[in-house]
Amino acid sequence: MDAEFFRAWITEIAEVVEAQRDHLTQLDAAIGDADHGINLARGFSAVRAALTDADTPTPGSVLMLTGSTLISKVGGASGPLYGTAFRRAAKALGDKPEVDLAALADALEAALAGVKQLGAASEGEKTMVDALAPAVAAFSRAAASGAAAADALDGLTSAADAGAHDTISMQALKGRASYLGPRSVGHEDPGAASTALILHALRDVAARQAT
Amino acid sequence: MKKLINSPDTVVTDALAGMAAAHPSLSVDVENKVITRAGAPAAGKVGLVSGGGSGHEPLHGGFVGYGMLDAACAGEIFTSPVPDQVLIATKAVHGGAGVLHVVKNYTGDVLNFRMAAELADDEGIEVAAVVVNDDVAVQDSLYTAGRRGTGATVFVEKIAGALAERGASLAEVAAVAGEVNERTRSFGVALTACTVPAAGKPTFALAEQEIELGIGIHGEPGRTRAPLQPVRDIVATALDAIEADMPLAGDLLVMVNGMGGTPLIELYGAWNEVSRYLAGRGARIARNLVGNYITSLEMQGFSVTVCRLTGMLAELWDAPVETPGLRWGR
Repeated sequence: MDAEFFRAWITEIAEVVEAQRDHLTQLDAAIGDADHGINLARGFSAVRAALTDADTPTPGSVLMLTGSTLISKVGGASGPLYGTAFRRAAKALGDKPEVDLAALADALEAALAGVKQLGAASEGEKTMVDALAPAVAAFSRAAASGAAAADALDGLTSAADAGAHDTISMQALKGRASYLGPRSVGHEDPGAASTALILHALRDVAARQAT
Repeated sequence: MKKLINSPDTVVTDALAGMAAAHPSLSVDVENKVITRAGAPAAGKVGLVSGGGSGHEPLHGGFVGYGMLDAACAGEIFTSPVPDQVLIATKAVHGGAGVLHVVKNYTGDVLNFRMAAELADDEGIEVAAVVVNDDVAVQDSLYTAGRRGTGATVFVEKIAGALAERGASLAEVAAVAGEVNERTRSFGVALTACTVPAAGKPTFALAEQEIELGIGIHGEPGRTRAPLQPVRDIVATALDAIEADMPLAGDLLVMVNGMGGTPLIELYGAWNEVSRYLAGRGARIARNLVGNYITSLEMQGFSVTVCRLTGMLAELWDAPVETPGLRWGR
């Protein structure tokens, strides 16, 4: 996977987030302030523009520009959290021109660690961590056991989807949804939903390139 | 929902351009969405920076001026500003005596301001932060993101701003800001939700005969729903909630704040109930504010904020202030 692959991933995220913007905003209206879809669409649109203008010769440089742009453009809690996730992943990838599955697993682990540290969230609190943590765990296991990329990425997205779905029955202990207390139960967390979309974009780009 | 705008994409920047045109005492960077006191930085004075999502006007941009904020950062509607904005504001108002960040306790605000403070520190600017968390509707516990920053933000900005104007040190200004936060509690109620322009529909659905108790300022639902009832009873619920958390004793500074869509005639009716309730408790309202100070677009509703004053805090409250949103003594 080279810089081109990662640029394709980010472009796919921008498309998906724009297409799902109303859905994400609706999830956020139920237990938040109805701006998640709007904010992410704006952020990834800015990232896409930045990637067009800038020189990003390595996977790490693609993700670093993505993260920094998200921090500068999104605001709210999502900007710092997603921005930090991509920046930590970028740092883990270093300046290698191509990365393999194991390196990607390390990068996703670093992203997860960054999110957990900044947001002080653990699993079970109804946040993006509930999609990201199981997804990263599944992916790392698959990569470590020598699974094929396609299988590892399928595992990544299945776990992310299951994790996002699991947030429905949780009570929010973090973020704006936590102000609702028990009323936050019964609604999917918008951050978990958008995390799953981001990981699906990764899988879809890989699947397309494999054919 | 009908809005007096050109397009959802330009609401914030159009408003900033409008504020710049209306108030020559403000210097507005529309591109970066930062409002600064004209003539900043004031040499030797602690600079006060705040900010948050747009949609709460006059908070915060309307409180930039003599005796209050030196700069305010405007995020997208209901969305925290980004670190870049806060850093620009911090550098613009740094007069050599450090900068105080007034941060409302929402995850986004806290994270973005913290990142900016780190960047400012890298550039040798001393930054202190006060996190405002006065809303009693949310339990401050391990099970929530903590109490929200609401009406007390106005009090903190005015009182800390007054002390900074006197030339106090960063430590002193930060201390008085923290003291105001500690001595202030709020509770809000909504009769309607509001509509974020880009979303095009209300943030939550309230039936004709329903109200939302324990709201924040971002159009999010509150803790509980209740039937529509006389304002006397709503005020009692709000003040009972505050009293359960802080004694309503001594000289009080009390604000009845409109959420944006409630007319002044109703706010004064609510104030009537507030003053009757407090008189019944033997509390003395020493200072008051009735009006729109920290709003949520066009939401119908109000919040009550009560601060237990000390002699010093009252003196700082009385100090001259000259901003679009608050003006006396000048």
